[in-house]
Amino acid sequence: MTGATWGLVASTFAASFVEFVEALTIVLAMGVTRGWRSALAGTLVALVALTAFTAAAGYALSTWLPEALLQLVVGTLLLIFGLQWLRKAVLRSSGLKAMHDEDEEFASQTEAGRKAAAKSRFGIDTFAFVVSFKGVFLEGVEVVFIVITFGLSAANMPAAIGGAAVAGLLVLIAGLILHRPLAMIPENALKYGVGLLLASFGAYWAVEGLGVFTESGESLEWPGHDWAILALIAGWLLISRVLVTFLPRLKPEVAR
Amino acid sequence: MRFIKGFGQFWYDFIIGNDWKIAVAVVAALAVTLVVVLAGVSTAAATVAGGVLLLLFFIASVVIDVRS
Repeated sequence: MTGATWGLVASTFAASFVEFVEALTIVLAMGVTRGWRSALAGTLVALVALTAFTAAAGYALSTWLPEALLQLVVGTLLLIFGLQWLRKAVLRSSGLKAMHDEDEEFASQTEAGRKAAAKSRFGIDTFAFVVSFKGVFLEGVEVVFIVITFGLSAANMPAAIGGAAVAGLLVLIAGLILHRPLAMIPENALKYGVGLLLASFGAYWAVEGLGVFTESGESLEWPGHDWAILALIAGWLLISRVLVTFLPRLKPEVAR
Repeated sequence: MRFIKGFGQFWYDFIIGNDWKIAVAVVAALAVTLVVVLAGVSTAAATVAGGVLLLLFFIASVVIDVRS
């Protein structure tokens, strides 16, 4: 495998890992409070819906869009998505926003699960089913989006799927063994790193995709080709560290 | 109708999220880069300008967010 392929696998692995941990937290909370049968049924139906969504979205994107337009659309979405994570990570690191805590998320989901009235249909607890379905489907769509965008833009779908699949498998095994949220994983640090990667790949592809508006309609080429991604990662890392240092000075009364 | 509303809400959360300024910063930076591209600047210079503009617009959006 080339360095670019390893980078692709690492990016989809890390990004998917975070989403899988969030989905697992929700399913575990429902399983513990409302019963495993309904929580797992919701998860299973969500996985079927996700498979259909992936097939439809992947086919539509790769069939109907020219390459440069595809890079512009997916690059822009990836960039916005990545910068939202980076913004949160910067605000958390600078003490301007509370750290995200999977234990806290698990506790609040568990509390909501206990309080909700029991309504049963076909032997399935509706609340646990719906919450598990929504959790797995929404987090899953984000994984699918990351895999499709990385896979299509880098023209290496198997590597992108491989990275996400390994992440899903690891989270699933950890969940089966621990039966509790994966709070020991430094999620905030992971999101910071993933935000950097998504922002860098997104910037690379979105700018390349602007070539769709030129006479040739071909993608623009960065100087140094794929190596430009490393320069972008360095750039985002540098400005995020500068922001972490200087943002508290703009709002000293909130910073710790 | 509920499905369409939910679908729209999902994409709104996905793209706009907690801070609409990020989406605006990205679109604005890319729009300025497009102007640079169409002005006939070399491809290499235009792509580098795009990268730098994205960094600058992101800084501006976060600073505005913190100060407001």
